[in-house]
Order: sequence, then C-alpha cells, then structure tokens
Amino acid sequence: MKFGIVVFPGSNCDHDAYHATKHVLGQDAEFIWHKDTDLKSADALILPGGFSYGDYLRTGAIARFSPIMRAVQSFAASGGPVLGVCNGFQILLEAGLIPGAMLRNRSVKFLCQQVHVRVEQIDTPFTCAGRKGQVLQMPIAHGEGNYFAEPDVIARLEANRQVIFRYTNAEGVITNEDNPNGSAAAIAGLCNETRNVVGLMPHPERACEASLGSADGLIVLESVVQSLRSGALIGQA
Amino acid sequence: MRARVFVTLKPSVFDPQGRTIADALHSMGYGGVDDVRQGKYFELDLATTEAAQAKKLAAEVADKLLANPVIESYRIEVE
Repeated sequence: MKFGIVVFPGSNCDHDAYHATKHVLGQDAEFIWHKDTDLKSADALILPGGFSYGDYLRTGAIARFSPIMRAVQSFAASGGPVLGVCNGFQILLEAGLIPGAMLRNRSVKFLCQQVHVRVEQIDTPFTCAGRKGQVLQMPIAHGEGNYFAEPDVIARLEANRQVIFRYTNAEGVITNEDNPNGSAAAIAGLCNETRNVVGLMPHPERACEASLGSADGLIVLESVVQSLRSGALIGQA
Repeated sequence: MRARVFVTLKPSVFDPQGRTIADALHSMGYGGVDDVRQGKYFELDLATTEAAQAKKLAAEVADKLLANPVIESYRIEVE
C-alpha cells in the first residue's frame, strides 16, 4: 500500500513519517506538497507534525486552507484513512474534520516528553492492530495540545466512542498528573463519526523502533496496513 | 474603511496564558487585578466606504479565519 505524507511549509515530522512507513514498515510512501491538488494515488494519508505556517494565528489555522486540503477533505469524505499527528491533528480540528480545538497546554509550557496512552477503541483503521486497553508509549512535542470541546460535544464523542486514545500512566490508569496538557477527558486521540479520520497528539512515527525508546507507535501505522489489506476499511463497515 | 476585530476566548474556555499573566501581576503587587483574559486584535483596511458592508466583510473573515468559533468569539468596530 502507499502512504501519502502531506508536507506543509513548517512541517517537521514529514521525514519521520516517511522513514517509519517506508523503511520500518516497508510500504510505499510519497511526499505530497501542500500546493499540489493530487493525492498521487495514496491509499492512506498522514498529516505530519510540525509548525505549519509558523503556527501563525492559531495552530493549523492557515494550513487548513492549503490547496491540498480540498483533496484531503474529499478523500476523507469517501472513507479514505487519514491520520493527523500533532500539528496534523490541529489542522484536522481547524478543518472541522474532527470536532473541538486545541488550547495552550495548561502549564503554558512546550512539552517534549514520553507519555503513555491507552487504546480505547480498536474499530478504526489506525487502532485495529491494537488491543482495547493496551497502553502505548509515545513521545509528545507540543505547546497546544490541551483538547477542548463544550461538554455536550464531549458527551457526543463519548457516546459515539470517538475517543480512541487517552493519556494514562504506564498501568493504563487515568490520573491528573499523567494528563500532560490538561486535555478534556484526558483525550489524546479522536476519530471522526465515520471513524476513518484520526487525530493523535503523541507521535507514533517517532516511536517505531526500539532504538528510539519505543516501538509502540508501529501499532498505529501497522493498523492501517492491516485494515487496507483486509479489503474493507473498518470504518466503512 | 478600517475594521477592528477583537477576538477573545469564550467565557467557558480556560485561558492558561491569561492566568499566567494574572499570576505575574499579582507577584508584582497588583493584587487589585482579579483576572486577565488574553485575546487577539486585528486591523483590516477595507476598500469599501460603507460601514454596513465593512462590518459584514469583517464578520465574514472573522468567521472563516480570524476566530475559531469552537473556542473564540469576536467583536467588530468599523470607522
């Protein structure tokens, strides 16, 4: 299968995503410049982390109007798997592909550290290789990862089982100290209603080899390979 | 005409930056400052000479780009 990795001006995890999908997973991967309008026959898209447009105005606010985003929107609408990591997640939020918004971390500090997240749902193309309740270790690197949505929106996300990763401790227990940024409901990752679009603040592409401290992120990327191989996207079932 | 757009976080949204500024002011001895909310301010130079049109245009760009309606609200002045 082929991963399309969208490159915005200021993306800085694009090469990590390329390395993880191409060299670690052994899949085809290609960069897609944000001014392009063609997805180059990609089977799955990654919107990588970074600081698109220097985080001007709000994180992801300008990138969502990049020419490629129209193609990303229609790919998502047709059920194609889309993963937004960190700044990619922020772009998905600004584009309205996933509900909510990111606020400044409650500590008002940029956080660069390893965290644990618990897999909450496995019926998405980016979690199907995991187990429900499985704890993954991945790094975060963000200043605005404090997920916010109004209580009625959070209630709807919970009812639809759209929360697919939560910050926990290494044992998989949610605690205030292990919620690094103050996210509502300890939300680290969400999917859209049709479950094919996933946003995740921690970086799976930076946790794909034991030499990097963790290979747990492979589960996220392997999931999409698995779901595409199985013929039908889980999210479309 | 010129439009001024003031974007602020909605009252229901916690503002960690505003809180940090308030804490700094308190440590500087300004105990009388109860709270601080940080926002953004934009000046738009517009081709139109009609106030109603200027306000409409400013509201449109505020809705589409300047403010994120999930967390922010805005106020517009034109002159």
